[in-house]
Amino acid sequence: MIHKYSLNGFNIVLDTNSGAVHLFDEVPFAMLDYLQDDVPDQAPQDMLDALCRKYDRKTVEEAYDELKELYRLGQLFSPDEYEKFAGMMKDAPLKSMCLNVAHDCNLRCEYCFAAKGDFGRGRMLMPFEVGKKAIDFLIEKSEGRHNLEVDFFGGEPLMNFEVVKQIVAYARGIEKEHNKNFRFTITTNGILLTDDKIDYINKEMSNCVLSIDGRKSVNDLLRVRADGSGSYDTIVPKFQKLVASRGDKDYYARGTFTKHNLDFTEDVLHMAELGFEQISIEPVVSDEKLDYSIKEEDLPRVFEEYERLSKVIIERKKAGKDFHFFHFMIDLNQGPCAVKRLRGCSCGNEYIAVTPEGDIFPCHQFVGDDSFKMGNVLDGTFDEAIKHTFALANIYSKPECKNCWAKFYCSGGCNANNQQYEGDIHKAHKISCELEKKRLECSIMIQAALAEA
Amino acid sequence: MKQIKTLNKANLKESAAKGGCGECQASCQSACKTSCTVANQKCENADR
Repeated sequence: MIHKYSLNGFNIVLDTNSGAVHLFDEVPFAMLDYLQDDVPDQAPQDMLDALCRKYDRKTVEEAYDELKELYRLGQLFSPDEYEKFAGMMKDAPLKSMCLNVAHDCNLRCEYCFAAKGDFGRGRMLMPFEVGKKAIDFLIEKSEGRHNLEVDFFGGEPLMNFEVVKQIVAYARGIEKEHNKNFRFTITTNGILLTDDKIDYINKEMSNCVLSIDGRKSVNDLLRVRADGSGSYDTIVPKFQKLVASRGDKDYYARGTFTKHNLDFTEDVLHMAELGFEQISIEPVVSDEKLDYSIKEEDLPRVFEEYERLSKVIIERKKAGKDFHFFHFMIDLNQGPCAVKRLRGCSCGNEYIAVTPEGDIFPCHQFVGDDSFKMGNVLDGTFDEAIKHTFALANIYSKPECKNCWAKFYCSGGCNANNQQYEGDIHKAHKISCELEKKRLECSIMIQAALAEA
Repeated sequence: MKQIKTLNKANLKESAAKGGCGECQASCQSACKTSCTVANQKCENADR
């Protein structure tokens, strides 16, 4: 399987199953229209006839020889040899946990997937005892894994920051005796950040996600307090302070774009102007009936904007004023192994979310859907049948993914989105797929442009 | 090659043979969390 496309003057060919990426001149690119799954020794006559009418025969023959060479090297139309690994996939140890330390929030963002902070389950903060039991649970269920991740999430985790600190201290205190290495991350809207909290986050959190939507007008349209006032003026100086003292540690200024800011390149650039060098802005995923939702009809405009942003990023990189845009970052050489790519996040299997009450769900997006409740860390219950279902969800168990060129990069998409919008974790959420594919095309094109620079 | 430039050679197959240790960061494929997605993830297996 291959994927071929032209973008920004490049003819790009991705060989799905090997991961090879090539830049083609016009003649070999045109030849691909005549080839299906292989490059026969003898060039198809209809192809030669058509191309020799347009190009000189020597160029055409040379191009075909190059295609044959790629095919021989296993870098074009290479076979799919990974399904056997999918068949071997089984339940894996837990390694990552989302701790919803606060089912409460001091903002009322219109698009919040967590029902404006409480996940539809009532406003509540996680007691330390629940956090402690969650850490114990993670250690117990992670046999064989050394690196463990705990993400402090909400709601707004800073509303329960003392408990965050207690949980971190507890985990740090016992990690060595269990031969574990905890990595903590946090996602915050910034409202409650203080100098002390900034120092603590920069010391203890290996990554932090700072929620901001870009321009003031865009941010303050949907990221509002209960009284309707915008959050931009409060959060920007705090985020800038955090980033200025963060050193080399990871962070993301992370926005959401909606139908209201389809010119989101401006928001990315605004965040870069504010001094953020790690930027992420993602499409809102929500019910299509809501006025701010990205709908199928918006996709051409969004694609155009992704292309615009790609070109801006190339220009800025060449000018030495670059920033990292999370969704265009792709490591073509040393990225995750093929096995990891088969099932991606592995939610419900290697990753779980825990609520303030201690309830366990396959991930933060499933919180609130009791049909997916897996157990509770207080009594140690854990539904292995649900875990098994998620362990088996991979790109070969999802019919639309199996034959998709992007499968090794998106890994079957978000199971929660699939469940919520398509009614089945194995059924790909169409709009998310389209957006992901476009971002991949742009990411690879940027690599091509920078390789030529 | 004159008409084709290879930006990245095949490596997925090789990664399958030595992969699957599970020590890498959990990725998140949803739009709500930017902890990590698969495509830009680091491999933590030094033997690969």
